[in-house]
This record gives sequence, C-alpha cells and structure tokens, in this order.
Amino acid sequence: MAAHGTIAGTREKHGLGRVLHDTRYVFWREMLLPLRDPFSLVFSLLQPLVFLGLFGPLLGAAVGAPAFGGQSTLQWFLPGVVVMIALFGTSMTGSNLQYELMTGSYERILATPLSRSSLMIGRALKEWAPLVVQGLLIALVCIPFGFVFHPLHVVAGLVILGIFGIGLGALSYALALVSQNKEWIFWGVQQTLLFPLMILSGIMLPIEAGPGWMQTASLFNPLTYLVNAERELFAGSVGTDTLLGLLAAAVTAAVGLAVGVKAISRNIR
Amino acid sequence: MIHTDKLAKTFTVKKETVDAVKGVDIDVAPGELVAFLGPNGAGKSTTLRMLTTLLTPTSGTARVAGVDVTADPAGVRARIGYIGQGNGGGHSFRVIDELVMQGRFYGMNSADALARARELLQSLDLADLAKRTVIKLSGGQRRRMDVALGLMHSPRLLFLDEPSTGMDPQNRANLWEHIMRMREEHGTTIVLTTHYMDEADSMSERVIIIDHGRIIADDTAARLKANLAGDLLAVEVAAASAAGVRGLLGRAAAGGEVSENSYDGVVRFRLRLPEGARLAPGLLLEMHDAGAPAQSLELKPPTLDDVFLELTGRNLREGANR
Ligand SMILES: Nc1ncnc2c1ncn2[C@@H]1O[C@H](COP(=O)(O)OP(=O)(O)OP(=O)(O)O)[C@@H](O)[C@H]1O
Ligand SMILES: [Mg+2]
Repeated sequence: MAAHGTIAGTREKHGLGRVLHDTRYVFWREMLLPLRDPFSLVFSLLQPLVFLGLFGPLLGAAVGAPAFGGQSTLQWFLPGVVVMIALFGTSMTGSNLQYELMTGSYERILATPLSRSSLMIGRALKEWAPLVVQGLLIALVCIPFGFVFHPLHVVAGLVILGIFGIGLGALSYALALVSQNKEWIFWGVQQTLLFPLMILSGIMLPIEAGPGWMQTASLFNPLTYLVNAERELFAGSVGTDTLLGLLAAAVTAAVGLAVGVKAISRNIR
Repeated sequence: MIHTDKLAKTFTVKKETVDAVKGVDIDVAPGELVAFLGPNGAGKSTTLRMLTTLLTPTSGTARVAGVDVTADPAGVRARIGYIGQGNGGGHSFRVIDELVMQGRFYGMNSADALARARELLQSLDLADLAKRTVIKLSGGQRRRMDVALGLMHSPRLLFLDEPSTGMDPQNRANLWEHIMRMREEHGTTIVLTTHYMDEADSMSERVIIIDHGRIIADDTAARLKANLAGDLLAVEVAAASAAGVRGLLGRAAAGGEVSENSYDGVVRFRLRLPEGARLAPGLLLEMHDAGAPAQSLELKPPTLDDVFLELTGRNLREGANR
C-alpha cells in the first residue's frame, strides 16, 4: 500500500494553498449528492423559471416601468432572482450539515486533516454551484422576451455571488453548529433573517418605492450592494455599484469564515 | 506514541459540571495494542476525543504521535486515524464514494484511493454493497464501513471507539484479523475501547481500566487477573467434616474472603486462589489429610470482570455510572 508515502507527499501544503486544495475535495464530496441523483437538479432548474414567469409580469403591471430606472422589468428583475437563488441556496448550507451532526459523519470528517475553513467553503460552494447553470439558463430563456444578455458580465456577477455565498454559507454552517440537537433554532433563525434581508435589499420590489426609513435600513444591508452590483453587471456595465458589491461580498465572506471557524472550535470545548 | 500528563475534561451543561475525565496519565509506546475498558460513562470516548483533537482538554497535556494536541491539532490529525463511536458515513452517500473521498481527504491520489477502497470492501465483506447509499445498510454493515473508512489511509496510529459493537461474531473475528494484520504489516499502534471483556482479554496486550474518569488499573490482562483476581475455586466437603478445613482454606485464600453455603449435608466453600491451577492439587491433598476430602471441585480462571469487581466492588456489566 502506497498510502503512507502519499500522505507525506501531499499534506505538506500550508495556508491558502492548503485551504484551496482541501476545498476541492470537500466540494467534490458534496457535489456527489446531486450528481448521483440528477433528477433533483432538474427541479432546481425549473423553480426559478416558474418564479420568473409568474412574478415578473405581475411586477411590471403593479409597479410600472419608471421605478426600474429606465430598464425593462425583466432586465431589472432577473438579477434579483439570481441573487435570491444564491441566498436561498447558500443559507441552506447548514441544514445539510445537521444530518451529519446527528450521526458520526461530521465527527469523522472533523478528525481528518482537512482545514477547517475548507469544510465551510466547500459546502457553501456546493450550494452555489447549481446557480451557475441556473443563472445562465434563465438568462438564455429570457432573451426572446427582451432580455439583453452580456455573458461576461453575468459570469462576473455569478463569481461575486459565489464570494458572498461562501460568507453566508459559513454563517449558516455556524448556525447549524450552535443549534445542534435543537434543529428548530436553525430554521427559526434562518427564516426570520432571510425575509427582512431580502425585502430590505430591493430584490423583489424597488426599495426606492418604499418609505424613507426602509431606504435608510437598506443602506446597512450588504445584500443591497450585492443586488445593485448584479443589476449593473446584468445591464452590461461595470462601475461603482459593482465595486461596492464586490466589497460587500468580500466582507461577508471574511466575517462568515471568521465566525464559522470560531463556531467549529467552540464546538469542541 | 502517546504521552499524557494529568489530562482532564470537564463539561458544563446548564451550570452543572460533569468531570468526565479526571486527570489521566497514559503512555503508549509505538506498536502497542491497548484497550480501554470501563462501564458506560466512564470517560473512554472523552479521552479518545481529546487524543484525536475532537475535544479540547480542560487541563493537562497530551502528545500524540510526537505532536501536542492543543498546540498543533492539525498536525495530530494528519498523523492518526479515528473510528468514532457513531457511524461515519453520510446517509445519502454511496459507500464507495465515501471511502474514496476519505482517502482523498488524507492526500491519497484517486487511483490509490479507489484501489484501497475496493480492497477494504472486499475484505470487510462489503463488496456487493459498494454502490448502496449508507442509509440502506444494516447496523453491522455500517459499522464495517466505519472500520473501512478508518483504515483507508493506513494510519500509523489508529484510535477505535467500540469498533466491534453491533457486529456478529464472524465479522468481529474479521475485524480483528484486519487490526492484527495492520499491526504486523505496518507496526500500527492501536488504541481502542470496548465493552467486550473477552475482546480486551484475548486481543490486547495491555488493558487500561477506566472508571469515573480515572485510570484504576493499567497492565497486561494476564497480570491484572493474576494479581488482582486469582482463580475462583469452589470445593464441596461433607458437612460433618467442614470444621476441619475452614482454617486451611482461610490460609489458602491469603486474607481473601471465603464464603460458604450448605445444602443437602454438603458445605460449599468459595474463594479466590491466586495461581489456582498450580496450588489446587496440593490443597486437595491437605484437605484429605485434614480428614475432609473434597467431594467436588470447580476452578474458574478469572475474567476482567472479576478484576473490575475486585477494584471497584461493582460488576462491570451492571456497573454503569450513570
Ligand atoms: N458533550 C458532552 N457534554 C456533556 N457531557 C458529556 C459530553 N460528552 C460526554 N459527557 C459526559 O461525560 C461522561 C463520560 O462520557 P464518555 O462518552 O466519555 O463515556 P464512555 O466511557 O465513552 O461511555 P460509553 O461506554 O457509554 O460509550 C458521561 O457522564 C457523559 O454523560
Ligand atoms: Mg463511549
């Protein structure tokens, strides 16, 4: 058996290289779930289309074009849907962990030399990965309805969402750890936070249409900057909004990972 | 390979503290096979979790494979293998996928990982189940998969927390064959916990008995039994002549207790006799000379349960702490 030699050979990496290396394997393990069961992917692809098809027309009729800063309803709304999918997906990172916490599976993986950050990043990216396909698919489907598709900008937007997703996924991971053996806490907190954050970011309805306090509150919501960045990118330009969005995503990732690593080490006290 | 100094763990649950491990000193040399034996709640798993960096010690120190568990937990993890008390496979994953990924986590390349996984599945009698999802395995099958997970990267130091629980006798034997082969081929150091006394007795050279978070004995099974328990001897003599051998048997027990009960005109004496097999023939002659020939004799070698009873006054099987 060559195992001894192999371990010595590849476990020498440190720091960031190590995290990236380990993240690949954590991500790959998680991806085996949807890949071995591809039907689940079909449904996750259909859902955003249904949402877009039903909600989009209503929105256009109810709010009216002027609120969208001169963009078509679709052009304005689609980036919001993509952010929403990212939000729902990556905030679920901890829910899949809950099952592993109940059996010995989490403990088994914790006992491996995998870096602690990679455990969170790999899992968060698995929730983000379908979004790449989903995002590109809805963009393509919407072209006949007047959506103008800027592929490179959209890809850049998805990358920013991935960075944000790592942060949100890590927070979700931490939440699952602190609510261990009390699953309802996880769901309670996740749901309670998700909706206000979503509404106060102008994902579904333009925040400019709301009262002043809402607009002020939205300034403290990282999601707002993310949504604005996605709108700018999907419209085919790169500017201040994009940079602010990237910054918000990076800050979320840094905070999320710090909280997550703390939660992991607190859990072994 | 392992050295601990007053290693201790206190849990706090809702302001109540549980002293799960109360300062244990453990030394394990490379290549040793050591079994932790103790009742439920004794602190076996907690000790193992501290040694495998899954719990931070409250106080004391531990060096595992030359690395301090608090200073460099990642370094410890890279040098050991761990099979926990729970099932390690993720419910929705396929058996073979989990094994291969486990190998990858430890830095094996994919060809090696796949070959090793197949080899282990074959020898742990799981080959037909390679593509099953974990949730569809029986309890014993899952336990065997756990063992396969722990053996994937052929660690030099392996911790096993009740590895054989839930396995049928054949698979238990199979598991031991694996453990023994790993020792022979790689000189693997093995630390395990078990509830099966016969297992601790026959398989490991060294038994560490833990009770209430403390080590109360640490020696080879043979020496523990010889020093602490001795063989259990039961002799029967006619009631009329019993008085003649009471003193004799008392001396043979060397200060130990001699119990007697009588029925049907016979008195049955029971006592612990260190090195019973060697001493019993002489004792029979002495009893004969004292006018009380034995009518029957029963000599039972001691078990580790007897050792535990001797040490704690409680039975290991029914001796759960909490
Ligand atoms: N995470 C925890 N929080 C609080 N108390 C704990 C925790 N883990 C273990 N304990 C307590 O510590 C004590 C020792 O537990 P441990 O699991 O080490 O026992 P054990 O010897 O492995 O028992 P068993 O044979 O049942 O597996 C028990 O009283 C247990 O209730
Ligand atoms: Mg235990």
